[in-house]
Amino acid sequence: METLRYVVSRFLQSLFALLCIITITFFLARLAPGGPFLDEKAVPEHLIEQMKRNYGFDKPLPVQYGLYLGRLVQGDLGPSLGNKGFTVNEVIAEGFPVSFMLGISGLIIALLIGVPVGVVAAAKRNTAVDYSLMAFTMLGICLPTFVIAPLLGEIFGLKLGWFDVALWENSSAWFLGAVTLGLYYSAYIARLTRGSMLDVLSQDFIRTARAKGVAPVKVLFKHAFRGGITPVVAYLGPALAGLIGGSFVVETVFGLPGLGQHFIKAATNRDYWLINGTVTVFAVLILVMNFLVDVLQGWLDPRTRSNK
Amino acid sequence: MGILSVHLTLKNERLNHPNPRSDSRKFRMSSLSPDSPLTMHGQDAHATAHPAAPEKGSSLGRDAWYRLQKNYLAMASLWFFVAVVIVCFFLPLAPGIPDPNVTHPDLQSMPAFSAATSMEGTEVYYLLGSDHLGRDIFSRMLYGGRVSLAVGFLATIVSLTIGVVYGAVSGFVGGRTDAAMMRIVDILYALPFMIIVIILTTYFGNKLWLLFVCIGAVEWLTMSRIVRGQVRSLKGQEFVDAARSLGLSNWHIIRRHLIPNTVGPVIIYTTLTVPAVMRLEAILSFLGLGVQPPDASWGALIKEGADRMASDPGLLVYPAIIFGATLFSLNFLGDGLRDALDPKSSKD
Amino acid sequence: MPRSLPQPARQGSLSDPTLFSLRLFLVASLAFSLPACRKESKVDIATREKILLLGNGGEPKALDPHIVSSVGDSNILRSTFEGLVTYHPENDMLHEPGVAERWEANADFSEWRFFLRENAKWSNGDPVTAHDFVYSFNRILHPKMAAPYASMLYFLKNGEAFNKSKIGDFALVGAKAVNDFELLCSLERPAPFFPDVVKHTTWLPVHRGNIEKFGAMTDSYTDWQKPGNQISNGAFMLTDWRINAQIKVRRNPHYWDAANVKPNGINFYPLDNNFTEEKAFRNGLIHYTYTTPENLIEDYKAQENTPLRIETYNGSYFYRCNVTQAPTDNADFRRALAYSVNQEVIVKYVTRGGQQPAYAFTPPSEDGYDPPDVIHFDAEKARAYLKKAGYASGADVPEFTIILNTSEAHKSIAVAIQDMWKKTLGIKNVKIENQEWKVFQQTVLDVKYDVARAGWIGDYVDPTTFLGMWVTNDSNNNTGWSNPDYDRLLRESALLSDPAQRYAKLAEAETILLDDLPVLPLYWYTRVYLLHPDVKNWNPLLLDNHPYKHIDLQSSKAAVSVKEGAN
Repeated sequence: METLRYVVSRFLQSLFALLCIITITFFLARLAPGGPFLDEKAVPEHLIEQMKRNYGFDKPLPVQYGLYLGRLVQGDLGPSLGNKGFTVNEVIAEGFPVSFMLGISGLIIALLIGVPVGVVAAAKRNTAVDYSLMAFTMLGICLPTFVIAPLLGEIFGLKLGWFDVALWENSSAWFLGAVTLGLYYSAYIARLTRGSMLDVLSQDFIRTARAKGVAPVKVLFKHAFRGGITPVVAYLGPALAGLIGGSFVVETVFGLPGLGQHFIKAATNRDYWLINGTVTVFAVLILVMNFLVDVLQGWLDPRTRSNK
Repeated sequence: MGILSVHLTLKNERLNHPNPRSDSRKFRMSSLSPDSPLTMHGQDAHATAHPAAPEKGSSLGRDAWYRLQKNYLAMASLWFFVAVVIVCFFLPLAPGIPDPNVTHPDLQSMPAFSAATSMEGTEVYYLLGSDHLGRDIFSRMLYGGRVSLAVGFLATIVSLTIGVVYGAVSGFVGGRTDAAMMRIVDILYALPFMIIVIILTTYFGNKLWLLFVCIGAVEWLTMSRIVRGQVRSLKGQEFVDAARSLGLSNWHIIRRHLIPNTVGPVIIYTTLTVPAVMRLEAILSFLGLGVQPPDASWGALIKEGADRMASDPGLLVYPAIIFGATLFSLNFLGDGLRDALDPKSSKD
Repeated sequence: MPRSLPQPARQGSLSDPTLFSLRLFLVASLAFSLPACRKESKVDIATREKILLLGNGGEPKALDPHIVSSVGDSNILRSTFEGLVTYHPENDMLHEPGVAERWEANADFSEWRFFLRENAKWSNGDPVTAHDFVYSFNRILHPKMAAPYASMLYFLKNGEAFNKSKIGDFALVGAKAVNDFELLCSLERPAPFFPDVVKHTTWLPVHRGNIEKFGAMTDSYTDWQKPGNQISNGAFMLTDWRINAQIKVRRNPHYWDAANVKPNGINFYPLDNNFTEEKAFRNGLIHYTYTTPENLIEDYKAQENTPLRIETYNGSYFYRCNVTQAPTDNADFRRALAYSVNQEVIVKYVTRGGQQPAYAFTPPSEDGYDPPDVIHFDAEKARAYLKKAGYASGADVPEFTIILNTSEAHKSIAVAIQDMWKKTLGIKNVKIENQEWKVFQQTVLDVKYDVARAGWIGDYVDPTTFLGMWVTNDSNNNTGWSNPDYDRLLRESALLSDPAQRYAKLAEAETILLDDLPVLPLYWYTRVYLLHPDVKNWNPLLLDNHPYKHIDLQSSKAAVSVKEGAN
């Protein structure tokens, strides 16, 4: 019963936070200089005024805000100003699956690299193996994605010919994008895994198991692994949200039609409705992930729920 | 209590440590909540006792320093890092270091260790070659290092301070305050960073302090969630109750007992924040905030080099090496510090 | 490329172990991977299927001829729609009949009659009539439509008045359907080059039934432009549009000249990162790149059978000066700035794409206009002007800033110029500021800068497309500059129908512009791109508007050398 109350109250809080995000974004976007109708060759003032009327931007801001919320409740995110002829719903519906696939693949790659590296590094703590593995994963952090992405394209795309270097349709370039993202997150996951494995390995039940003569590999994987992986699991939520929203560089370098490009392009085009739309989607993603993490955490560790 | 006793025994085994006080300070950092992406583990076993509060910081520092000195990798990293800082900040003052912004367009993409005479008749020697405008890469790396190191550190300190205090208060106070504070973090997470940066630069111009504000404003969010998770786990433990029963103020408990115990994950996250900050700085300069041309930062140099890597690999390789080496040293230093500050995890 | 400046001997990269080993690695991996290159690439397949794969810069804002303004957008529209007159495949000075079979003008070029071919069809089989054109002109000029590029139709009598709501009746505008196949355009003033003007995207027709099926005439964001919905009259029709991924057009079976359309279709790829585009080309994914990274130009030039194309383009790169505030309000100071920039060095070492140093604002073109030859680097002259401007030395010049929109190319040019001003004039207080694109546009529009980077691509081949913007208060002027003599000369030139007299007047006006220098001309653009050898009949064009129906695809043996790319 208490759990249910916790879940409901968290849900309501999140809903309120979402409303705040939508509101702040709505007004913030209007503060940025240079509206959506500016063009490289100057557009005459009378035409800009008319465009504003056509899109309802001539009404007072609070009225526009009210109308926007009204449409939002019905699930209508409005027309895109930078992709004329498309609604924001259509733009996001096209971009989200691409980003989701990139994000999930990137996360799987990150786990496939990060977890084993972390476990081995923990098992071989403070040895050359540990240092070199950790150094390897640090590469993913030290070399920014705008270096790794073109480098992967140059090597695996052009030199080895294993993958295409760009485009989406019938193209394998997305895989290189997923690898780029995966390498970056694998560094975090490896460090996380190593740290938590070290903690678990120092605990008594492991010592007991060792003392009983259980094989080291079995200790590592049967006894320690489950405990060591818990924080990694909890990290997946926020990581996935970040992966889906933050793949701008990778999408640009490999020419992929994901959501990440829209985050940036909506802002640079002053595409007000698309800015609001992408932020709303991203906010929902973050709130859901954080909510899941908190619930999961409460379930794993009842002490953290003991609020006064 | 069985677990507890075994644990204490283990600690006692370490009494042969040269500093006898190290065992009396039960300095726990590994408690965790899965909430935080970078905490050390998520087990329940840290219901372990906390008989006494940490002692004065000075002894803690001296003690940690002693342990750090035994970690050769961390010490090498420390000296390397100090050397990089000194070189970047003081070597440009030496005579003979060329102006990083003087162009010799006819001497572009010169190889390392080359001397040449420009069409204006100036004699130039390029230690690490020249870039696409004939500027000296070595000199640009030195000057760029100043910017990157300054931004990396100041912005990290900003985010560290806000994040730790905010997270600690939120986690400690709990209840509705905690919920409200964390929802604020959620809100800030989701706001469109691009738009905020554009607005800030428009209204305040391209000021360097704005760069710190922007970066700090982004980076403290994750830090606060990590610290909050730690503190929420810690505050249920006996040593906090003990402190409270001694009549210590909340602020005192947060400051002296809770924050010091979050130091492990905070250090790990900090070592990851510095590169993130430097990368963010490179991205911000793309948006028009940050260092303005012709000045450079490591991030900006790497960005320039990445664009030209096919035709002129040196432009990428040299800045990437110094950038990478600095981050590596910070990383190993961070690991060493964490171990040094946390006796339990120092040696098994 | 003539090399007029001393070139230092470049030392071999052997002296540099890192770079040497890196190159060794690249060469080794290249040899290793040759077999992989032999398999049929996407480009090979497309050549066989006669589908042209084109890089197209960025995602189009729309595929409605009355809304778009960018070059990339109009590339797509030129494949799907056809205007009265279209671009000639070999020479922009020539006209290719489009929907109009022939046309004639009255004696002073102020009335034009277009005779439409009777077999021109929309992609649904409907005939294309003069009424469709009148409807389209009405649509783009309609104030409610708020078409950003409506001013291109101000050539029509009362076009401007109608667009600015000064008259409400479109019947008063100078466009009439005499009958189904004869269109009469009455112009505001003589325009001997009018057939050049009507080639522009803004003059393309739209299908009334198609537009109004999805909304009112003036609705600018309906579904009519989506694949499957859009009815068009060009050689191709839209079949696929995925945002940021691809746009596909395929043969229009109802096109009047379908028998002579060479490709079966075109795929446009909105790759806005030019490094990605170049890699996609090397990878055999596209036939053509929209641009080429400046640092790879030398490598491509060195290749045998290079796919690199460098062609003159109808555009000018320059800096605007704010003439309303110090220090750039002083004409002598602006002259000092202009004469101290060594344009030769910039085009040779910085832009590297065969651009021409701009000795005037308007690029010389084949139509006979010869701009005055004024601006050349001259350090002595520049220093003299600086003295005349009242500065004993460059150190006395107050701080001022060059603003640019963020881009590596603009940045390199600005850094080079900043250093030239420092070296030649001793001005130390020049700052450079990157601005985000829209912020930059707003700053220029509000004239809140000292010096701002700018570029201008002519819409058609005539000097007025360059000189018209410097008239007092023109919406593209944005420098605060105003000169009554200049305005008068431009007005007078508009009334002349004899090309030689007209050009003489315009040259006189340009001399004023180049003397007062509200702008610092830097260079004239070239188009620098990569073209796959399979693409045939792709000719250099000043406006770069290639009529796709003439372009042929034939497999060639040179494919392997292209793949080896820029190493």
